[in-house]
Amino acid sequence: MNYYAKRIGQAIITLFSVITITFVLYRLMPGGPLEAMREQMIRDAVQQGQPVNIDQVNRIIELRTNVDPEQPIHVAYYQYLVDIIVYQDFGESIWRREPVFDILFRAMPWSIFISVYSLLIGFTANILLGAVMAYKEGSYFDNVGSIGATFLNSVPYYVGAILMLSFLGFQLELFPTRGRYDPNTAPGFNIYFMASVVHHSILPIASGIIVGFGGTALSMRGNCIRVIGENYLHVARLRGISDNRIALRYVGRNAILPLYTRFMLGIAAIFSSSIIMEQIFTYPGIGWYTFEALTQRDYPLLMGLLIFFSTITIIGILIADLTYGVVDPRAGTSDREAY
Amino acid sequence: MSDENDTMTDGGTVPDFLVDTPASSRPNVSRMERATRFVDRYFLTQARIAWTDWRTRFGIIVLGLFVFTGTVGVHLVPEPGINEAETYMTWFQSWKYPLGTDNMGQPIHKQLVHSTPAVLKMGLAGAIFAAGVAVVVGTVAGYRGGFTDYVLMLVSDILMVIPGLPLIVVLAAIWQPRDPFTVGVILAIDSWPGLARTIRSQVLTLREEEYVEASRSMGVSIPSILQKDIVPQLMPYVLINSAQAARGVIFASVALYFLGFLPYTEMNWGVMMNEAYSTGGALSNPQRAAHWLYPPMLALVLLSFSLVLLSQGLDRVFNPRLRARHSKTVDDDGAEVMNR
Repeated sequence: MNYYAKRIGQAIITLFSVITITFVLYRLMPGGPLEAMREQMIRDAVQQGQPVNIDQVNRIIELRTNVDPEQPIHVAYYQYLVDIIVYQDFGESIWRREPVFDILFRAMPWSIFISVYSLLIGFTANILLGAVMAYKEGSYFDNVGSIGATFLNSVPYYVGAILMLSFLGFQLELFPTRGRYDPNTAPGFNIYFMASVVHHSILPIASGIIVGFGGTALSMRGNCIRVIGENYLHVARLRGISDNRIALRYVGRNAILPLYTRFMLGIAAIFSSSIIMEQIFTYPGIGWYTFEALTQRDYPLLMGLLIFFSTITIIGILIADLTYGVVDPRAGTSDREAY
Repeated sequence: MSDENDTMTDGGTVPDFLVDTPASSRPNVSRMERATRFVDRYFLTQARIAWTDWRTRFGIIVLGLFVFTGTVGVHLVPEPGINEAETYMTWFQSWKYPLGTDNMGQPIHKQLVHSTPAVLKMGLAGAIFAAGVAVVVGTVAGYRGGFTDYVLMLVSDILMVIPGLPLIVVLAAIWQPRDPFTVGVILAIDSWPGLARTIRSQVLTLREEEYVEASRSMGVSIPSILQKDIVPQLMPYVLINSAQAARGVIFASVALYFLGFLPYTEMNWGVMMNEAYSTGGALSNPQRAAHWLYPPMLALVLLSFSLVLLSQGLDRVFNPRLRARHSKTVDDDGAEVMNR
């Protein structure tokens, strides 16, 4: 099968699976969200001394979650899919009384902004560090770098975030400790607003860089060392190819290719981590709504979060996948004999 | 590699376990003996080899200290009591309370000891679950190939792409798990696909080995081939990656407890950090509560550092490819899984 068709197909299947998982969790879990919501509403009605109208309760549930508790499962599933895919209707937040899609769509650019910058900067820094360590293999720099990278790799990213927030944010007051921008600036295309956005984003991005730090550098170092020992490099040197060209085209390119899986996992990891990061930095991106949705038992918002995060991740990975085919012409698998 | 050690543990009466003899012709072996042999073959032998590297030695010793604290230490150190001492004592103020006290006068060091078991339980449950699922999926997919392989790998690819924490948070919101073992399993739900892929690629080369082909041509059933010919070869990988999975689960759980995402009944480091942060205001008022926030964080870093070293050391010892090529290289694929 064509590599591109396969990748796109897989992305679509993944997206469907996520939506199906949310539906299954809504509808098929015993004691799941639908029942919990219904019980809550009946309790509220009883407390306020109003008569309980089951039909009305079901209608409200259908409005908020898009899942009709009355319909047979396959009909409800079809309606749920159509609502989400055709109308982008993710239901209505119980706590905020607003469509889930609007809430998350407004917050999405901020999360993507933080994640993309931390991923790209972190990955580049790691690759450069790994390559330098490999070229100076056995030196003092290499030893210190390896131990440092191993140590950084074992420090949880949120510990880094807490330490930075505590020292750089609260004690030295170099960076703001919460928010996306200074509320005194007018949002728009002006220098003050943009400067405050950058200022507020430095700490979250810095701790996002820590998410994958260390491990990638060590892998890059290992790959480079392996490539440097290959025979074709000796040949290249004998042919008198310049050192720069060897470093970039021969060593660099071949050493980076195996890291591609790690980069893909990094995309998923960094969007996952924003749930924790945005909470620590009180940075109202998508992840920031998780806590609220959890404590308020706001299931439509929670499911919307899962679908949103998955969609962003899937698109990110799809882009990486499609461009990878351009970089590495060997992309694609061979068929094997089945027993 | 384990035959000599077998003779050491049970007196040398063991038939070659790898040969698939019919049950009737096997000598009677008690269940106890069989369990000893299992433990020896799958774990002790590996541990003896692993001990030769300083990283694994460091990792095993530190991990052992944590396990000691979590099992024996809990009985040695009495549980912290409310109003046992002054509130908000910082560290090194008195010999009796070296790490100070919290807002209710409970000594930090006692809390730290008594919140260790929950963390270890979560890590253990996560590691066993992730490794178990990954071994089953990886070996079956790799060995069977064809359609089975396609479906299993599709499922793990899908799970690999779905961001783990949001999924875990949704599941936790619905199930409200309180038991550390359950929490560990839920948190490990997205940590098996990476390992399953690694194992699968190993099996793809193992399945072409001559002794596997011999078993196949003799008509040995697929479960026996997987169990006796293939899985023992994979044990180092499984051990390395379970250490990684345990680390991932502990990372995630402490983070979720720290932010108050999970309900709890038992103390753990995340809960301590949460209280220090929300009740003590450790970040905005470090003079008052920093001593309450940092010890559990330090314990977490130390535990995860020991797990990383352990898995790196195991990798170095067991990966002949690496050992042969270069004594200082680090693996490029698989062994180092996601850093959530």
